[in-house]
Amino acid sequence: MAQVKAAEIKIPPLKKLTNYPEKLAPGHRLCAGCGASIIIRQMYMVANALGYELIIANATGCVEVCTTIYPYNSWKSPWIHNAFENAAATISGVEAAYKALKRKGKLPTDKKVKFVALAGDGGTYDIGFQSLSGALERGHDFIYVCYDNEAYMNTGIQRSSATPKYANTTTQPVGSESLGKPQSKKWLPVVAAAHGIPYVAQVAPSHWKDFMEKFKKALLTEGPSFINAFSVCPRGWRSKEEEGILVTKLAVETNYWPLFEVENGKWRITYKPRNPKPVEEYLKMQGRFKHLFKPENRRLIEEFQAEVDNRWEWLNHMEEMGEEKC
Amino acid sequence: MRPELIKEVTYVPYSGNMAAAEAMRQINPDVVAAYPITPQTELMQFFADFVANGLVDSEYIPVESEHSAMSACVGAAAAGSRAMTATAGPGLAYMWEVLGIASGMRLPIVMTVVNRALSAPINIHGDQSDMMGARDQGWIMLFSENAEEQYDNLIQAIRIAEDERTRLPVMVGMDGFVISHAIERVRLLPDRAVEEFVGELKPMYPLLDVDNPVTHGAVAMTDSYMEFKRQQREAMTNAYKVIKEVGEAFEEAFGRKYEHIETYKTEDADYILVITGSAAGTAKYVVDKLREEKSIKAGLIKIRTFRPFPYNDVMDAIEASNCKAIGIFDRAETFGGASGPLFEEVATTQYLRRKYYPMTGFIYGLGGRDTNVNHIEEAIDKLMRLAAGEEIPLVNYLNLKE
Repeated sequence: MAQVKAAEIKIPPLKKLTNYPEKLAPGHRLCAGCGASIIIRQMYMVANALGYELIIANATGCVEVCTTIYPYNSWKSPWIHNAFENAAATISGVEAAYKALKRKGKLPTDKKVKFVALAGDGGTYDIGFQSLSGALERGHDFIYVCYDNEAYMNTGIQRSSATPKYANTTTQPVGSESLGKPQSKKWLPVVAAAHGIPYVAQVAPSHWKDFMEKFKKALLTEGPSFINAFSVCPRGWRSKEEEGILVTKLAVETNYWPLFEVENGKWRITYKPRNPKPVEEYLKMQGRFKHLFKPENRRLIEEFQAEVDNRWEWLNHMEEMGEEKC
Repeated sequence: MRPELIKEVTYVPYSGNMAAAEAMRQINPDVVAAYPITPQTELMQFFADFVANGLVDSEYIPVESEHSAMSACVGAAAAGSRAMTATAGPGLAYMWEVLGIASGMRLPIVMTVVNRALSAPINIHGDQSDMMGARDQGWIMLFSENAEEQYDNLIQAIRIAEDERTRLPVMVGMDGFVISHAIERVRLLPDRAVEEFVGELKPMYPLLDVDNPVTHGAVAMTDSYMEFKRQQREAMTNAYKVIKEVGEAFEEAFGRKYEHIETYKTEDADYILVITGSAAGTAKYVVDKLREEKSIKAGLIKIRTFRPFPYNDVMDAIEASNCKAIGIFDRAETFGGASGPLFEEVATTQYLRRKYYPMTGFIYGLGGRDTNVNHIEEAIDKLMRLAAGEEIPLVNYLNLKE
């Protein structure tokens, strides 16, 4: 049903979208070139266009710390922060309260609201994983948005299970005996999809039309959605502030960050680069992978490429399986 | 519309868990988020039955952990709804972080704690280490002596928590198994009367008011954090008065008296016992027994309100007696402290009045260890020796195999 509705409802052109008032006010303290604020603004653009009010539960992290230092506040929309690991549980409570109060006739009925849990990769992949899994399984009507900047950036680039293999972080630094993080990135959207929830998507703000289309679907979905958003972190990745969207774009063009969705169990890659670039091009823009470019470490780039290819192949396979079923 | 089940005061044989669940049914909170843990599990099951049979209008969230239970309650309460939960022992320990968030955000959540020992060694039975471990997390804390008190305290807790002068969460403790699972006589109040007593929640800054968007849980740096904490102390000070007023209103409505402390035969007592929870019942029996059999005049102060601690009430009762020695009964340890946590409070009350009596502490009932009549008699015997000038250590274990 959500599918039909989603196709019928069109997102207005960009020019119109920019006319809506900003819900994330400027003056917040996120770093120059940060991906997270772009992600949030793109979310609000869709919500504004479709007439939804977003009620956000924000986990501890960059966004929370940088937007609400008392007495300042960037949110022109209902917003709650509880702790690091419990954004999903917190939004469960808010959503339950909404249902209860609405049933008792204590809330206006003409408002369209959507509940959003917003967290970084630390609050999602790691410490908030149980809370996330619980809320997805219980089927609350909410969207979980992870702005994935691949480490604990707020506190100074500590590794998370979202950190890619061989990235240099402060808790698994590169050294004479270390090549950076020895483990691969947890593939969380796949884990989220395994909960059998109605909608899972991976997005990148460089591909904003794709992003908005997916966020729109999540808004129109009854029940839980999970969106994993690529969130460039110039400070943590040692990339140029002004190249944030370029880095994001290359992550997609190299298939490092595939854009895909899982809608009611059906897997679909929403963007397939015609000629995928080697992942090396993405890696070389970032100081966190600098050590891979030493002559003796070239094989690690090959290994990295092989993993990207494997995951891409797996996704294609999942997509094909869905087609066979239909 | 949910059916009205109890239309007049009704006597029932209920366990503490049944009584607490019944209170929750009558309170009919908007949101209940809970996770089962022995000995609270039964309470959650009773409530789930109410939900399954349309006896409450509550949204029920069977969460995946106690941490999420309290987190969801924080979300629900901030949203502008009445939220309740229940837990025990390790569950309360797991919630610990979020307990301070609930009180720091001034959210009127009400929770039953079925008091259970903490691990290790793992033990499912009753003691009060759980609530004592959460002592400084900013919650109002009440203890019940029996099932009916748990029922009455929970009903009162809603008004105490939601009063604009407090706006603090309340936990109400009952001893695991001894209260939670033992069947006693409970006088249930009529559904409508409870509904009327607790009244409607008046939300403050509800998150769900999208026309007036608010931020809950902002960052407070070095320049403002202390002021928030100072306000919390103010609220807790106010709570002393609010608990008293709500107790008086409850007595007026239902004829059951509730004060911060209950005194039992302290007026002419030479030896004062200070105790909290179910063991107060046994202690009252011992007080009567010793008066009758040996003409030993002991009296009892039962602590109902542990936070805010009723220093004046305790000291008034002690000063009005014949006190020669005080024995404080702690069902929890404070390793490395002088004696148990309750001991420390009673020691402080004496300092506040600059009036000192000989006193000592008894650690009892850890991990559900029985505390029988003879153990309390043994404690009173020690108090008599203390009053006579004998040196008695500050930590004395009751019913310990040594």
